[in-house]
Amino acid sequence: MNELVYLVPLFPLLGFLINGLCRKQLSKTLTGVIGSGAILISFIISIVLFLQVKANGALPVHPLFTFIDAGSFKIDFAFQVDQLSSLFLLIITGVGFLIHVYSTSYMHDEEGPHFARYFAYLNLFVFSMLLLVMGANYVIMFIGWEGVGLCSYLLIGYWFKNDNYNYAAKKAFIMNRIGDLGFLLAIFWIIQKFHAADYATVFNNPGAALSPADVTGITLLLFVGATGKSAQIPLYTWLPDAMAGPTPVSALIHAATMVTAGIYMIARTNILYTMAPSVQAVIAIIGLATAVFAATIALKQNDIKKVLAYSTVSQLGYMFLGLGVGAYTGAVFHVMTHAFFKACLFLGAGSVIHAMGGEQDMRNMGGLKKYMPVTQVTFLLSCLAIAGVPPFSGFFSKDAILSAAMEKNMALYIVGVLGALLTAFYMFRLYGMTFLGSFRGTHDQEHHLHESPKAITIPLVVLAALAVVGGFIGIPEVFVKDGNWLEKFLAPVFARSAQLSEAKPAEGGSMELVYMFGVAAIIIIVIVIAWNKFKKYEKSTAPETGLGKVLANKWYVDEIYDAVFVRPLNALAGFLKNVVEKSGIDGFVNGIGRFVQYSSRQLRLLQSGLAGSYILYMVLSIVVLFIIFWNQTQIVQFLSKIF
Amino acid sequence: MPIQYYLTLSAVLFCIGVAGALTRRNAIIIFMCIELMLNAVNLMLVALSKMTPAPVIPGGNGGTDAQLFVFFIMVVAAAEVSVGLAIIVMMYRNVHSIDVNFLNRLKN
Amino acid sequence: MDITQILFWVLSAVALFAAIMVLVSKNPVHSVLWLIVVFFAISGHYILLNAQFLAIVNLIVYAGAIMVLFLFVIMLMNLNAESDPQKNIWMKVIGVVTGGLLLWVLVSAVRSAGEMTAREALLKKGDIGLIQNLGKILFTDYAVPFEISSVLFLSAMVGAVVIGKKD
Repeated sequence: MNELVYLVPLFPLLGFLINGLCRKQLSKTLTGVIGSGAILISFIISIVLFLQVKANGALPVHPLFTFIDAGSFKIDFAFQVDQLSSLFLLIITGVGFLIHVYSTSYMHDEEGPHFARYFAYLNLFVFSMLLLVMGANYVIMFIGWEGVGLCSYLLIGYWFKNDNYNYAAKKAFIMNRIGDLGFLLAIFWIIQKFHAADYATVFNNPGAALSPADVTGITLLLFVGATGKSAQIPLYTWLPDAMAGPTPVSALIHAATMVTAGIYMIARTNILYTMAPSVQAVIAIIGLATAVFAATIALKQNDIKKVLAYSTVSQLGYMFLGLGVGAYTGAVFHVMTHAFFKACLFLGAGSVIHAMGGEQDMRNMGGLKKYMPVTQVTFLLSCLAIAGVPPFSGFFSKDAILSAAMEKNMALYIVGVLGALLTAFYMFRLYGMTFLGSFRGTHDQEHHLHESPKAITIPLVVLAALAVVGGFIGIPEVFVKDGNWLEKFLAPVFARSAQLSEAKPAEGGSMELVYMFGVAAIIIIVIVIAWNKFKKYEKSTAPETGLGKVLANKWYVDEIYDAVFVRPLNALAGFLKNVVEKSGIDGFVNGIGRFVQYSSRQLRLLQSGLAGSYILYMVLSIVVLFIIFWNQTQIVQFLSKIF
Repeated sequence: MPIQYYLTLSAVLFCIGVAGALTRRNAIIIFMCIELMLNAVNLMLVALSKMTPAPVIPGGNGGTDAQLFVFFIMVVAAAEVSVGLAIIVMMYRNVHSIDVNFLNRLKN
Repeated sequence: MDITQILFWVLSAVALFAAIMVLVSKNPVHSVLWLIVVFFAISGHYILLNAQFLAIVNLIVYAGAIMVLFLFVIMLMNLNAESDPQKNIWMKVIGVVTGGLLLWVLVSAVRSAGEMTAREALLKKGDIGLIQNLGKILFTDYAVPFEISSVLFLSAMVGAVVIGKKD
């Protein structure tokens, strides 16, 4: 039964190969079936594995083959399925399958080979992500990490004829790479200290091999990797630009799965983080700062996908906040619920864009409620979930994080709540400008408006349903005794952290209830305010002023990065190219060639064709040879003195 | 006579032949200088064959080997002269001169 | 100074003088004649060393056949005097200097060679050069090279004829 573990990544890999290699021969229907079917099979197997893990606990580690064998240092290509990985497997394959089905309809305007290319890349992405979460050591995780980065680049730049999209893809890849450097350094450090990289060895007794400085260093470097992949300050600017890719790609990669890789990594390494409270504080602060910062930017964006992108950055900030205060289960919980509602939001946005014929600017939308009922309802449910209205899933997961924050530090809690209010506001600004009020677009667009086909709406419905009920697996103690099923399920993964941090038993009590419902009430008030304000939104072409302008320009962060990093680097590269490369290295190498040519030209003149001169050279050479041979010993002595 | 005298004589004759081959431009004269060089070598071989006390060469026949070698050198010289002169005649027929400086087709 | 020594010095002087005259003569026919004098001198040396067979063969083959051939060719081309312009004086100097260098090296090598000191060439005595002894060794030990030399002659003849053909 444990061979099933290998089958999970196998099918997406096969889907990638078939769709990729045979893309000219396959019909679009067949491509869609192969692509989606592969993920469906993986999903079914993931369910089986999940049930096994639920019943029996973590499955043993399976080494497939020895990946690196260098003397005393061995790294196996091994898979490990425990509670944490099986949960992620379900999320990845489940949401992935829905998005594949959605894509068959959304991308159907593409030509055959390009359509197949899209599905091949998507399957490759799922394969890499599965490697990431199923790896039994840091090296396999890193392979998957790089793989998803690559697929992100390929898919963002999917419409490669547009230069701006290519820049966005490059930006994503390069910023990821900066984070990856941190990750690699951390892996090297781990290997140096433990002479192995697999989780079992590292987490067994880390205190023995690592000094506090080591732990701080390793966890900090791992976090740098996470900031790159999961778009935290300062490496977040690629995510909004990544909206250049097709909307299902944004849904899958930049909402549900790739960006959560950082969370997974830190959750997996939880024991080390619990041993380094200073780094945890750093994570919490950066996460919170990102959450609020991105939320402020989202307030003034007019592109529907950009708002959702900043919303993703913001929600990721919350997840990191959860990790930073030790609420590992809460963070994972939020990953799960975020996958549901964010994917639903992105897919809904895709549906809207599809109906609007490619228009993405919300100022030209409005009143779509009556044209697209299914999309509107699912969108509304997801908005309520992300805002944190009970009893939707977002409420439970956000609360898990915020209450843990409150226990650590009240200030964190207050700022977190502020961020939640901003979230509610901009999300309902989005909803209001898109679906409420009257249509502000052109006449042609209005004629084109229609509800999307089944392949688009069914995934929306499924995801919205999950967004509504998904929270019930993690009901906090205050409501139902032993209601937090998720926490119990994930307990073995975080057990040693809990031991180490001497987690206080969950406090019941009315204070907690008061906080929870108080915040929920404020959120509902904010929602109503936003609803009313944006129901009556009038398009105006007046430019933004003051704070609005700063927010609309994303706090000018991109411009700052450009001036501080990009321009000097370009200048340095230009210098290196023109001076060092052209004059120096090229000059040297070409100089050798020119020297050889010159000397051969000179030597050629020796061949005068006159036999007499040839004889002369011969005789002279004989003379020289005579002298050498006769004075052999003396010459050898002389030469050995020189050298 | 001490063997060095013969060796020196032979060397001088040889070098005169070399100088002649380098200096003259007439192909036939050059050829003759080559013959001179060959004869110098022959002289030296014969002188060495008569050297006493003789060096011991296992399996040799005293100094007879050297003289027979001279014999064969003469054989080869004769053959070489016939072919060489034929070539010179050819050259004269083509170029109407026997100046070796005209034979520079191998140039560059 | 007995007669052999005087003969040696005289023959050597003649040989050297004639060799230099070979180089220096402007008329190629004169060069051929001086070369014949050289051959005579060398044959004289051979007789002094009691290599009778070689002396006679030297005269017959070299002076008799080869030089006659040279004369034929010279007369064929009607070379009376060296009618072409003089070679560059520098080339002559270089040629002579090179020859001198070679001489210097050879002589120095020979003079200090350990195996060459205190040996003498046996004059007038010794029966190595007699025809019987040479013939015996030639036809027993060196029979194969002897036969091959006949093949060599054959090929030289064929070669000369082929090269000399009109077309």
